[in-house]
Amino acid sequence: MKQVMLGNEAIARGAYEAGCHVAAAYPGTPSTEILKNISKYKEISSEWSVNEKVAAEVCIGASMAGGRALAAMKHFGLNVASDAVFPAVYEGATGGLVIICADDPGMNSSGTEPDSRNFAPHMKIPMIEPADSQECLDFVKLAFDLSEEFDTPFLIRTSTRVNHGSTVVTTGERKNVPIKTYAKNIMKNTNIPAVARNKHQAVEERILKLRDYSNTSELNRIEMYNKKIGIICNGISYQYAKEVFGEDASYLKIGFSYPMPDEKIKAFAASVETLYIIEELDPYMEDFVKSLGIPCVGKDKLPRCLELTPDIVREGFGLSDTKEGYSVDINTPVRSAVFCAGCPHRGIYHEVSKYVGKIVATGDIGCYALNILPPFSVTDTMIDMGGSITAGIGFDKIKKLSNRDLKTFSFIGDSTFFHSGITGLIDAVYNKAAISLFILDNSTTAMTGHQGNPVNGKTLMGEQSTMVDIEQLVKGCGVDPKNIRVIDPYDLMSTRAAVKEAFEATELFVVISKQPCALLKSQQEARKGIHCQVNQEKCKNCKVCIAKTGCPALEISNGNVKINKVDCNGCTICQQICPFDAIERIGG
Amino acid sequence: MVVQFVNKFAHSMQLKGLVVNMKKNSSIAVVGVGGQGTVLASDILIDGLLELGYDVKKTEQHGLSQRGGTVNCLIKYGEKVYAPVVSDNEADLVLAFEKLESARWLSKLAKGGHVVVNDFEIHPVPVKMGKEKYPENIFEALKENIDNLHVIEATKLAEQIGTSRVQSIIMLGAAVKILKLDIHDWKSIISKKVPQKFVEQNLQAFELGLKSV
Repeated sequence: MKQVMLGNEAIARGAYEAGCHVAAAYPGTPSTEILKNISKYKEISSEWSVNEKVAAEVCIGASMAGGRALAAMKHFGLNVASDAVFPAVYEGATGGLVIICADDPGMNSSGTEPDSRNFAPHMKIPMIEPADSQECLDFVKLAFDLSEEFDTPFLIRTSTRVNHGSTVVTTGERKNVPIKTYAKNIMKNTNIPAVARNKHQAVEERILKLRDYSNTSELNRIEMYNKKIGIICNGISYQYAKEVFGEDASYLKIGFSYPMPDEKIKAFAASVETLYIIEELDPYMEDFVKSLGIPCVGKDKLPRCLELTPDIVREGFGLSDTKEGYSVDINTPVRSAVFCAGCPHRGIYHEVSKYVGKIVATGDIGCYALNILPPFSVTDTMIDMGGSITAGIGFDKIKKLSNRDLKTFSFIGDSTFFHSGITGLIDAVYNKAAISLFILDNSTTAMTGHQGNPVNGKTLMGEQSTMVDIEQLVKGCGVDPKNIRVIDPYDLMSTRAAVKEAFEATELFVVISKQPCALLKSQQEARKGIHCQVNQEKCKNCKVCIAKTGCPALEISNGNVKINKVDCNGCTICQQICPFDAIERIGG
Repeated sequence: MVVQFVNKFAHSMQLKGLVVNMKKNSSIAVVGVGGQGTVLASDILIDGLLELGYDVKKTEQHGLSQRGGTVNCLIKYGEKVYAPVVSDNEADLVLAFEKLESARWLSKLAKGGHVVVNDFEIHPVPVKMGKEKYPENIFEALKENIDNLHVIEATKLAEQIGTSRVQSIIMLGAAVKILKLDIHDWKSIISKKVPQKFVEQNLQAFELGLKSV
């Protein structure tokens, strides 16, 4: 059937049609919708894993056990999972094993923009790059077959515009792939040094065979038109090159990008007058072409930073743009990202903001990172998933060495705590770090769109499961129970008391802030009809509520403060802050 | 397949009485604020364009799962589409669900293109906080500068039908009218895409949209 599909939906469909048995991921933009869509296919046992290394290992295990498996992640995820993927390349694949890595050129939803293609030669893992949704579907299917044929995991590398682009796709039926019989094989499935030494040799030989495949594969496709210009391009860059140059150039579209097709590149280069390389981020293909001694034009014309567009390609190669448009002189205020109305993070950061100047706040990855902006301006540092606790330990060591009078507060969300925070907390316990840790439990992985995680006890397959109790877990890590507080961040008085204790603590101290994300459906239903309103007779129009909360449900209308009752969920933070008792709660 | 496409294409074009450059792609920027239904309207548009025999591509902005952000869906269609993005000065239609967004995304509009804008304001946080002003003269400025401006009261009309939610289908109706695609059976797609109990309201909304421009 022909339909328009998101790239991520097509990857999921490809896995389904390939007879995939197991799929695992940790959510991360732009890869999240892959597992969300795979979960619609009940034939595939799918899960939200607690991090990408876990996801990769679950899939490596499933492959060793004889099934076909797919792990999906964003580029940061491959950094985390790499520890598992490197040895998996030595161990090969019994059932087809596919790793999807979604890059984010332009940093639409990421803090850096690494080019994950560089991982392929480092890991010695074959790599495939689709350029639209149909290729997402077709290449995933092919990757499963090739994975078994060549006995290796395959990496499929995408970019935001492929993952989040919707294009026309023709779907097929699911292939029934039986799970292979399991036979114990320590020579294959372990990497003790004596075994691994021989396997490295086998991996190098496999790469040579894959190079032959890359040279003959239709995934590396030559399209001959005008021979004055030849363009080597990959993924979304192929679409931009075609849009800009049309039939005024010839193309070598690289779909199988590790190992690169050396012979095909030589033949293509010989058949055109000038060779251009069009690719986003690093000169991955360009460096390879130059290593063959072939002159080409690439990064001297195109940027290494951010994503390409047809206009950037056009401009880079000095082509004129004939498009005309309009402009108007209107100031358009930005719709900046802020904590939503009713966000449970507001209360905690309101109270902590009173200590700015006396603390160092090490932050982490999640919605709560928005506290970096006014009116809170709390966070000092942000590194990676889990980095809040561990960087806090580093700050604490320097604090002790320098007698610096800055208390360390570390902040982490529930999902990030499970992802990479627990090890840091154990390190803090073991190494006697005197930091104060705030675990902001909003019962979901909010930033990527409310995926399940161990606190909410609902699996991706829709089953009820054990809800992991963070307080017990913290105790289990060795934190002294007298140094643990559990608070409701909607209650500013108890929050204030806990923050004060955290500030004064001389040992490792943990505050667990528990209140579900205000946008969770269950939460919206539970709080239906509850909202706050301004008593205009009591209101002195001081606007402290707006200035201190930055809540988007509060607005100034005809000079007066009003509360939008559709957005407001009656969290009462503004009510508790109002110096004139002019805000009332309705309902509930 | 190709023949079938060309026939279908020529047929629909003939009906419209347009001179068609088969090479030229068309594009639409659907813009608004999170929660206004821009994604639904875009999904229905691309399904219809596919049924009409076009190659079609769409790019959406996905970001924080958070309320009140600016949302855009860029749609491109024609005989063969490569880049799924719509460049500046390229869109034949900017379909703006909110006033300020029509100004923000005007850079997408090609010379001679149309702007259909819902006469409805959603104030950004800096405006609510009194730090910035919501511009007062948007429609005047647009009217002065662009050739084809269509202001419609989609939200108000939707509320008259009974729910502001159907504003996206009113906008859709206006879009297909402007793009001269109203010959197609959009109602069957709408019926499939919206919850069963709201089909009638949505079909009524579509009719209103067609008549609004």
